[in-house]
Amino acid sequence: MSSQGMDWGIIPQNLPWLWEGMQLTLALTALANLGGMLIGTALAVARLGRFRPLALAAAVYVNVFRSVPIVLAVFWFYFMVPVLLGRPIGAFWSVLIAFVFFEAAYFSEIIRAGIQGVRSGQVAAARATGLTGWQVLRHVVLPQAVRAMTPVLMTRAIVIFQDTSLAVVVGLTDFLTAANVVADRDGRPIEMYAFVAIVYFVLSSLAELGARWSRKGQRA
Amino acid sequence: MIVIDNVDKWFGPVQVLSQCSTRIDAGEVVVVCGPSGSGKSTLIKCINGLEDFQNGQISVYGEQLHARGTNLCRLRARVGMVFQSFELYPHLTNLQNITLAPMKVLRRGRQEAEATANRLLERVGLSGHAQKYPHQMSGGQQQRVAIARALAMDPAVMLFDEPTSALDPEMVGEVLEVMVTLARDGMTMVVVTHEMGFARSVGSRVLFMDQGKIVEDRPCQEFFTDPRSERARSFLSKIVKH
Repeated sequence: MSSQGMDWGIIPQNLPWLWEGMQLTLALTALANLGGMLIGTALAVARLGRFRPLALAAAVYVNVFRSVPIVLAVFWFYFMVPVLLGRPIGAFWSVLIAFVFFEAAYFSEIIRAGIQGVRSGQVAAARATGLTGWQVLRHVVLPQAVRAMTPVLMTRAIVIFQDTSLAVVVGLTDFLTAANVVADRDGRPIEMYAFVAIVYFVLSSLAELGARWSRKGQRA
Repeated sequence: MIVIDNVDKWFGPVQVLSQCSTRIDAGEVVVVCGPSGSGKSTLIKCINGLEDFQNGQISVYGEQLHARGTNLCRLRARVGMVFQSFELYPHLTNLQNITLAPMKVLRRGRQEAEATANRLLERVGLSGHAQKYPHQMSGGQQQRVAIARALAMDPAVMLFDEPTSALDPEMVGEVLEVMVTLARDGMTMVVVTHEMGFARSVGSRVLFMDQGKIVEDRPCQEFFTDPRSERARSFLSKIVKH
């Protein structure tokens, strides 16, 4: 257990353990993005809709969640969901629910801007052919909005990927936490944290590149 | 077919339509003209319910626009509309632009809708452009696709809102040509335009509007040879001179 020099061998030795942490990170990232986008879309549509009470409720929701730190949301759902449901649901599900509801507020703002960016003439043209409000949204407005917001959505997805490391506050072992455990146990913080930084950097950059590439494909 | 009865419309405190009344019968080609801001576009957008109005009534095929139980979507499906800025859907190919409403509103099968779309593209002189996207085409071509998109719903009447105003001069002709053919085939049309050549060759009537009012509502030939109002005379002298 000497601390002289670097011992990079520590990383391959612990790969299976680190991979377990990464699986949790990826699962949380994917599900939080999916759920956040679905609820975010609903919130955005509600806010832009003509039914005032619903629009107001959605606005309050978005503003409340955007003004609290995410750790608070995580704690709150961790302690509140079991009380509301009358039974524990486990750390993973409560963290996931917290992320979904928290991120929905951010996604809804991105999506709302995207929808508002679609020219009003497009809506008029679609309505003029007899499409219903829902069909106009589904076939004309949302596809254009999504294209316009892809870069911002991807940025948000990367933020979520990084923020999932907060799962540690309720005792979950995500990728960063897994590395942290090894670093403490073996006294190799520099190697471990360097590795973690590189992995986050590579994955985030790949996501960014993927987004750019998919946008180019769409334009063809 | 279309009856407009004493329609008033305000944008806030500004009255944009004032006691507009007219009727449009099947087979007529009605040209709406007048100075900008006179309410021409607003009037035709009221016909398919894209714009609201406060007083009066409009009925299309005997269906009151504002009556309870009027299904606006179903009504719009029978009224085609072409816009100044084309408004093709940029994320869809020309073919998909044309087939969207027939498939979703009329519940036609894909094959049938595509067959119709291809036939219409040929009719507007654009066969072979089905798989292109709108941005790959000129303005004149886009407007012709937009006309095909409206025709795909088998409308009984077509509304045109300044269909050539956003086009480069050399493309105006190709769009007007399609519209003239349409008119000669017996389509009922309401056309907001300053193309007086079009009005003279196929127009049956002219509605001349000024400050929200229909100032003249007369057969085309009469309007051009003998405009009654001072306003129409000065308008005509300005646009016919050049």
